[in-house]
Amino acid sequence: MEIIKGIPLNYYIFLSTALFCIGALGVMIRRNAIIMFMCIELMLNAVNLLMVAFSRYLGDSNGQVFVFFIMAVAAAEVAVGLAILIMVYRNANTSDTEVLNQLKW
Amino acid sequence: MSITLIIFWFLSFMAIMSALMVVFAKNPVHSVLYLIITFFAIAGHYLLLSAQFLAAVHIIVYAGAIMVLFLYVIMMLNLNKETEPHKKPIIKFVAVVAAGLLMLTLVAAFKGAEVKVIASADASIGSVESLGKVLFKEFLLPFEVSSILFLAAMVGAVYLSKKDLH
Repeated sequence: MEIIKGIPLNYYIFLSTALFCIGALGVMIRRNAIIMFMCIELMLNAVNLLMVAFSRYLGDSNGQVFVFFIMAVAAAEVAVGLAILIMVYRNANTSDTEVLNQLKW
Repeated sequence: MSITLIIFWFLSFMAIMSALMVVFAKNPVHSVLYLIITFFAIAGHYLLLSAQFLAAVHIIVYAGAIMVLFLYVIMMLNLNKETEPHKKPIIKFVAVVAAGLLMLTLVAAFKGAEVKVIASADASIGSVESLGKVLFKEFLLPFEVSSILFLAAMVGAVYLSKKDLH
């Protein structure tokens, strides 16, 4: 198809970099644990996008299979993570990471 | 400017803008909705890269399952208010500088990188048929192991969210 000629692979690298850095920024800047979770999803998706782009540009389908597995792991991670978050909220009555600093010393 | 390039710029703009809105939106529910827009833009990128199967799975798993879970938890914990506490301005400033430096480093590292591209790469690798063949031949064992992962996650989630753990 024309995409390989139309769009350089570097564009996808920079797009993924930007998305990843926005995700990292969100983890650093927000206090709500759920939003931090969502920013982690954003970072995972940036990596997925880069993997699909490389897989397409190199004609190797293994990258897309790995993206599929990453999605499976992300779904499992979100289910367990949100369950933990609900339990923490039930005990501490907050999802604010500045309050949930009991493990710090 | 070709039509693919225009679509690429449009989808990239949409993805980055809504990703920024995820970080800077005051209301957690708005963050979730912006994240869904980001996911749809990324699914559009997958379609552009002719990975139809992944685009469909991405929309079903992320927009369909994960974000609904997020919305459900936010509604359940009643966090949909704008009066969320914020970090100190100095910490915010440091975080923005740190993220900007990370971005600068990565861009500088990748700028001169020569990436090998196979111009005659087969576009049909993203179709359901060819991906299914790879998945069930070469990656059969990881595929089955991921079902165990799901079982473990399911048991863990149910156990954790039980009311009386003790």
